[in-house]
Amino acid sequence: MSPTPNAVLSPAGWERLLFPTDYDPDARLGYYGPYGGCFVPEILYTTMQELTAVFDQARRDPALWAEFVSVMSTYSSRPTPVTHLERLSERLGGAQIYLKREDLNQTGAHKINNVIGQGLLMRRMGKKRVIAETGAGQHGVATATMAARFGLECTIYMGAVDVERQRPNVFWMEQLGARVVSVEDGSATLKDAINECLRDWAFSMEDTHYALGTACGPHPFPQMVAWFQRLIGEEARAQMAEGPGLPECVYACVGGGSNATGMFLGFLDDEVELVGVEAGGEGIDSGRHAARLVGDDARPGIAQGYKTYFLQDEEGQMRHTHSVSAGLDYIGVSPILAHLGDTGRVRFEAVTDDEAIAALRLLMETEGIIGALESTHAVAGAIREAPTMKKDQRILINLSGRGDKDIFTIADALGDDNWQQFLRRRGQGA
Amino acid sequence: MDLEAYIRSRLAGDRRVLLMTHVIVGFPSLEANRAMLAAMADADVDLVELQMPFSEPVADGPTFARANQKALEAGLQMDDYFAFFEEAGQLCPCPRLMMGYYNPIFQMGHEAFCERLQNVGGAGFILPDLPFEEYDDLFPLSQQHGLTSILLMTPTNHTDRLRQIGEHARGFVYAVARKGVTGSRTQMEEEGGVFDLLSRCRSATQLPLALGFGLSKGEDLRLLHDSEADVGIVGSALLRSWEEEGEQGYARLLTELAQAR
Repeated sequence: MSPTPNAVLSPAGWERLLFPTDYDPDARLGYYGPYGGCFVPEILYTTMQELTAVFDQARRDPALWAEFVSVMSTYSSRPTPVTHLERLSERLGGAQIYLKREDLNQTGAHKINNVIGQGLLMRRMGKKRVIAETGAGQHGVATATMAARFGLECTIYMGAVDVERQRPNVFWMEQLGARVVSVEDGSATLKDAINECLRDWAFSMEDTHYALGTACGPHPFPQMVAWFQRLIGEEARAQMAEGPGLPECVYACVGGGSNATGMFLGFLDDEVELVGVEAGGEGIDSGRHAARLVGDDARPGIAQGYKTYFLQDEEGQMRHTHSVSAGLDYIGVSPILAHLGDTGRVRFEAVTDDEAIAALRLLMETEGIIGALESTHAVAGAIREAPTMKKDQRILINLSGRGDKDIFTIADALGDDNWQQFLRRRGQGA
Repeated sequence: MDLEAYIRSRLAGDRRVLLMTHVIVGFPSLEANRAMLAAMADADVDLVELQMPFSEPVADGPTFARANQKALEAGLQMDDYFAFFEEAGQLCPCPRLMMGYYNPIFQMGHEAFCERLQNVGGAGFILPDLPFEEYDDLFPLSQQHGLTSILLMTPTNHTDRLRQIGEHARGFVYAVARKGVTGSRTQMEEEGGVFDLLSRCRSATQLPLALGFGLSKGEDLRLLHDSEADVGIVGSALLRSWEEEGEQGYARLLTELAQAR
């Protein structure tokens, strides 16, 4: 096996990247247990086959991984550090809390890992145009930067509701040269942006790659996105093992599931508890949430090209979801995580909007770290558990992104008068 | 009579190509759907597909995607869908096909779906997001219930894939005229286009071929007279005519299409 330039990634880690586990999808069209599959209109069948073949070849090629790690360490900030949150741990009086700092990546979130990986695959396929969906805007911005750096044409689909709540990211995508299309259909959020990407791709597949941003959608996307994002877990495992020791448990927030799968796959073979935190919105009982694996509101179904737990009504129509964080506001969940949940390997919890905002405040106050509202769902989950653990035990949290983008939402939630007055003055052209 | 025999018998007369039309049940309203079906009966349409609305219609373009959404927002449920499907048999006597996405079928269960569709007089179904590998017991169940499962062939499929689809196909094959989603225009005479697709489909199956996606006027049907296509499918164009020119414009377009057979 040829060495990789990533110092923290052991050769054993590299071996594991080949997915020689149960989580390599089986021969039946990319299934993880009963979830996954490839339910696309026939017009996209050939495209999915070609993508699967290119990815299968690439993931067995050490040169691809070496190139990936090299780009990530010179263009983004990999390996991202692990930070010991001493003051927060002290405040909670229990386990020592560590953060994997994906917020320090280029564009401020883990999304860039997957995007650069798919960009390298695009070079192999010779495709010149990239399309992507985005919820919070993080995947859209990451894709737009990759397109600029690799010299590709770029179109980003974004639900109209998300365009409103994440205007700064729309601004940056456009400045980076991407065309941003506001999607008015359905609930005008992430799921509708994915539908629109599939429609674009059904026409444009010859010269266009769809860089899906999460570990969902038709095979091979869940596998491919998890494979590139696994860099987070492999790094974090090595960093913990060489430093304080492996954690007792690992927390990650779960929207589609890309940062969680990426983190968890690094610890799958260890005696480490894995906890995925979903968006509890206004509370599971309120019905206004985006929790698929916590509570009984979601059932297995098929939409957007794959089978998983979906928030849907009795007749199979998808429901509107709610979360303060656009990136978690989604009807489905990675088939890999659905399966890991069924088998009991991953435990799932839900955290409300209010808890996520309170966790953000506490993280800022004690550690000076501004986490994304998505990621502070995971922090909130850990805050609940830490006091029940001993001081020599460890919790590792994946801080998947930074919170600057949430300034409008957070300022609203915190009711900051000075900011509101500033917005009014700017609005009046002062 | 099975669908294949029905299509061949209709072609034995003076029609050189048959006409299949499309309705999204519940859009713009069930009342409007009744008027559409009546107009189809007047035009002696040969086949009709009745689309079951779904919240994530990925194979549909803007016209139909919006129609799916509006029908659901207006409160259409499965009971309403099947009740209308049955009523449509009195309004228009031609064979009716269920068209829709797979999730509602998966939720009600394959057996229950086949039973319900048989009970309301369905001739078969078209599920554009369900590849044949995933049909599971839907093939045998549909046959037990006298339903024909219709598969799609597309211009991007390679020859071996077309052959596999051909091996699983029943009744007729739905040939997708071009890349993309429903609703935008197809250039019928483009190089390597529709006629090339039809001959590739013909090499993969002896079943009748129904060409759909982007057909919008009588001229499109006439171009199919001497082709491998046995049926022309018109969907979005009819809905647009209803929205832009009302009931009379709709009837006019149907007449134009019917006369071009």
